[in-house]
Amino acid sequence: MTDSAQVLKKTSLHGRHQALGARMAPFGGWEMPIEYAGLSSEHMAVRTAAGLFDVSHMGEIELAGSDALDAIQRISCNDASKLEVGQAQYSALTTPQGTLVDDILVYRLASDHFMLVVNAANIGKDYAWVSEKIRSAGDVVAVNSSSRYALLAVQGPAAVEVVQPLVGIELSELKYYCFANGEVAGQRATISRTGYTGEDGLEIYLAARAADAVWQALTDSGKSVGLVPAGLGARDTLRLEAGMRLYGNDMDENTTVLEAGLGWMVAWEKPEFLGHEVLRQQKSEGLARKLIGFEMVGRGIARPGFSVLVDGRPVGRVTSGTQTPFLKKAIGMAYLPVEYTSVGSQFKVEIRGRPINARVVPVPFYKRRRS
Amino acid sequence: MYPSDRKYTKNHEWVTIAGGEARVGITQYAQEQLGDVVYVELPEIGRALKRGETFGAIESVKAVSELYCPLSGEVASVNVELSEHPEAINVEPHDTWMIALKLADSAEVEALLDGPSYQALIG
Repeated sequence: MTDSAQVLKKTSLHGRHQALGARMAPFGGWEMPIEYAGLSSEHMAVRTAAGLFDVSHMGEIELAGSDALDAIQRISCNDASKLEVGQAQYSALTTPQGTLVDDILVYRLASDHFMLVVNAANIGKDYAWVSEKIRSAGDVVAVNSSSRYALLAVQGPAAVEVVQPLVGIELSELKYYCFANGEVAGQRATISRTGYTGEDGLEIYLAARAADAVWQALTDSGKSVGLVPAGLGARDTLRLEAGMRLYGNDMDENTTVLEAGLGWMVAWEKPEFLGHEVLRQQKSEGLARKLIGFEMVGRGIARPGFSVLVDGRPVGRVTSGTQTPFLKKAIGMAYLPVEYTSVGSQFKVEIRGRPINARVVPVPFYKRRRS
Repeated sequence: MYPSDRKYTKNHEWVTIAGGEARVGITQYAQEQLGDVVYVELPEIGRALKRGETFGAIESVKAVSELYCPLSGEVASVNVELSEHPEAINVEPHDTWMIALKLADSAEVEALLDGPSYQALIG
């Protein structure tokens, strides 16, 4: 089925995006804003001031019950027992092969109540997967609460300045990857110090019906600092500069957590979890291939799917690639055999039939200065 | 909006013709669709191109579009300024040419669209 034949879902802010003149396009089964005034200016606003994103397409799956923690420990690779109530962590739902069903955020809402935030295109798949895997896990139920939540992201160095006047909690005390329940502009919300842009920022989970009022309040509050609405186009270039992987491009059910370069989020001390045998074996024996970051040396922009060549032979594929507005370089990520993955290694990307030089560089490409 | 000093193609290119030479650029509509142009790949001078053949590519941050040759001919020159300032296409699309062609068959010009027809095409 093609995107145009699908009935695309709409977020509760769809009318507002249209009124703002956004260019809309299908993404993960949703009709989403790709850009408003322009991708590059939105990208730059997030790096220098702040951007407001509607990411309500993201999914939320809640797990509750006295065995919820054990269940999560079994189906994901990070250690959720380290989370206090009010903390979140990056993790992955893993297959028995150590590959990724999805990359997720795990929020500990209460000691026996968790929320998994999942990619839009994977909501159905993840919910089915989680439900099946926890069937014999004792006292735990999974609920797909995706349609109840809207999700707004305020990202950029001025994000706190934009949101603080609208909330009662003291945001300077809300640490990275922590969250709090409260109100934003009078609407009940969960406010999380997280994001997908490489900048400081907040993500606001709230009832879908409250999203429009909060969007307006954030827009008004952000006017003086240069907050702009930002689309999924800028979200993609921002996350790539920050070295963050995109599920479906940079990792999927055919790539293991280690190959994707996410070994730091594997809790090796856990006795077991789905895929742990494969991952332990890969860790001790080494990888055959892994995801690297690169920049183009020659002129040209590498795009997803382009072949990577060494000595004229294809050895891998570009998974993400663009010309980034802030660094003003053509960068990307690709899977390569490990022998070509050391920083500085040169290879070629085949761009419309022509091999163009590229070299391996450290990821992230961009790192914000922390104040 | 779409001046009658030039012709247009369904692929959203414009063509000006003077003395057996055609200059080719992309239209205002095309640059709006593309967004911020960051790279233009142009052909070698002297290359013989057929009408409809791909002669290069234009890339914005988010997408790549191939460039199709509107008329048969030999590449007489390319706009080297675009190498340093691809954004000129966004700023002044109708004043920013990409390639100049020495025309092989001036009769092909008849098949191009005039301003009002192009305007009707894009709606």
